[in-house]
Amino acid sequence: MYTTLKASREAIDNAHRWQAEAPRGDAGSPSMAPAQISGQLHHATERVMAEGALYDPELAAMALRQASGDVPEAVHLLRAFRATLPRFATSLPIDTDRMCPHRRISAVQKEPAGGQLLGPTTDYGHRLLDMATQDAQATAPAEGEPASVDSRVSDELLADGLLEAAETGIEDADPPDLGQQALQLPVDRALRLQALARGDEGFLLGLAYSSQRGSANTRPHLAELRVGDVAVELIPPELGFAIDIGEITVSECETVHRPAAETEGSPRFTRGYGLAFGHCERKALVVALVDRALRAESLGEDTSAPACRQDFVLENCDSVPASGFLEHLKLPHYVDFHSAAFTLRDLQRRASTAPAAEGESA
Amino acid sequence: MSATPTYNHAYLDETTKRMLRRTILKAVAIPGFQVPFAAREMPLPYGWGTGGIQLTAALIGPTDVLKVIDQGDDHSTNAVSIRRFFERTAAATTTASTTKATLIQTRHRIPETPLTESQILVYQVPRPDPLRSLEDDAEQRSRMHAYGDYGRMRLLLYEQITRSGCITQPYNYPAMVEGGYLMSPSPIPAFDNPRLDNSPALQVFGAGREQRIYAIPPYTHVASLDFIDYPFAPERPPGKCALCGSGSSWLDALAIDDAGNRQYVCSDTDYCQRRQTARAEEVR
Repeated sequence: MYTTLKASREAIDNAHRWQAEAPRGDAGSPSMAPAQISGQLHHATERVMAEGALYDPELAAMALRQASGDVPEAVHLLRAFRATLPRFATSLPIDTDRMCPHRRISAVQKEPAGGQLLGPTTDYGHRLLDMATQDAQATAPAEGEPASVDSRVSDELLADGLLEAAETGIEDADPPDLGQQALQLPVDRALRLQALARGDEGFLLGLAYSSQRGSANTRPHLAELRVGDVAVELIPPELGFAIDIGEITVSECETVHRPAAETEGSPRFTRGYGLAFGHCERKALVVALVDRALRAESLGEDTSAPACRQDFVLENCDSVPASGFLEHLKLPHYVDFHSAAFTLRDLQRRASTAPAAEGESA
Repeated sequence: MSATPTYNHAYLDETTKRMLRRTILKAVAIPGFQVPFAAREMPLPYGWGTGGIQLTAALIGPTDVLKVIDQGDDHSTNAVSIRRFFERTAAATTTASTTKATLIQTRHRIPETPLTESQILVYQVPRPDPLRSLEDDAEQRSRMHAYGDYGRMRLLLYEQITRSGCITQPYNYPAMVEGGYLMSPSPIPAFDNPRLDNSPALQVFGAGREQRIYAIPPYTHVASLDFIDYPFAPERPPGKCALCGSGSSWLDALAIDDAGNRQYVCSDTDYCQRRQTARAEEVR
């Protein structure tokens, strides 16, 4: 009896103590340092940063360690910490044109201007479980300072008259902040992209997959994917000019899709856009696909598929409230359950006393 | 117990608390209206009372006495956890006594003991909008609230009567606040709904996940939806409490052996305890 137990204070203490001991497993094996986690499990760390909406590899690694590798739990830890941080300034929009990419590929052109740069990826390898010790394989990364890529595939497509113009005006406005304002639908694209950027990758992957199939098929093509470091700049009011406060790694994805159903003038391919913290190619790609799917309404397309519905996607994509509400089923519910059971018994009694009337009306 | 020094009093920073207090004031000014607010991620999961916790954090002061109940029980795991949170972060004085508390955070029950003007009741709310299951479109729902267009909710209750012969809404029974907005009373049993009406205590409702706060100011008329020929008549499981003998309180079923035998006891543990003490004194 987990609720009526009068000694629940002690019981909770014991449960926590047990949990505190459990994650370490064998007490003889050394504890992992955050740097080991953020280095060797960097995709997990980057996913926690992306969904935790906080760029800090060390804290994300600590959250992963505390959560024993449970990503939604680590995301919750990071978000709860983030909620206590003051917001003292707004940075300038990052400029991915000035990114020096480790990786830059396009699937719509054989040889785009600026070239294809494969960089670190598993895309062209085989998923063979490697039983060899990783220590033996540790090698220095390929040398060579990445250079910035001056051109964008989307710009070429635009110049060729194949692609719609990018939305403008967003960067001039004060950026909305989901940490400071309630999500009230409908939202503009800036807030939507922000919600998607911190949305659960698994949920968004399913939606993006659904938008490659069935009625929401937006016929996506990957115009460009780039992964690399960008400078974060802000203008302190007392200085009045931009200063560089650090560098973050981001993955950026631009997709091109079928033309809008109803267009003024000649039809053009439409855009999807995704950006994620860290080396998170899958995340950037699914955000771009879902972004395009969510443009269905403004492009005059059918919006019956779940991926096209803003309320369905945005209200359900965040793993922090979703996993919390799911797990709250473990809390006691006996008062409402008993009131439901009491009502059900009343219905059962009515049904057993009036079976004939039920049969006649049917 | 002293407060944990690394966090601000009652965990939230002052700017966030100010935002919450402004939201509460707006909610009190428009009884029953769901005011949006930017809920913060709390150290407890969404769905575990984060809306109520944020309200309590914004309301609790150094002289407050806090009571936390879940299912009417002060000793339930979630109640213990939330009470501890405020002991740790706000050095709060806590109590199990309904009469001694100035601030009561609750999940799924209203205390049996009548509240007073000097008390605030904070509800944890999972689904603040009673129209949510009737209309998917958020814009359309706010339009329905603005126009007082609650026909579809009445239709739902009417359909329950035509199908089952009675209204089959055991908990979270929708109610009209001062003839204006339709509200969700949170998943309290319908049996508790009459205590929402004309309460001397301020009642505030927090839904963290859904980012909404609403309120019932003191002495506000709250009417559970019904029909003239099918008046609101919530029932209570028959019988008396096995411990205190109350024949008017909400009862929980407790298994007393492995043969499936049960006894029924008050869900409001403080109310039950007080009655047991009074009875023992009478006997003496």
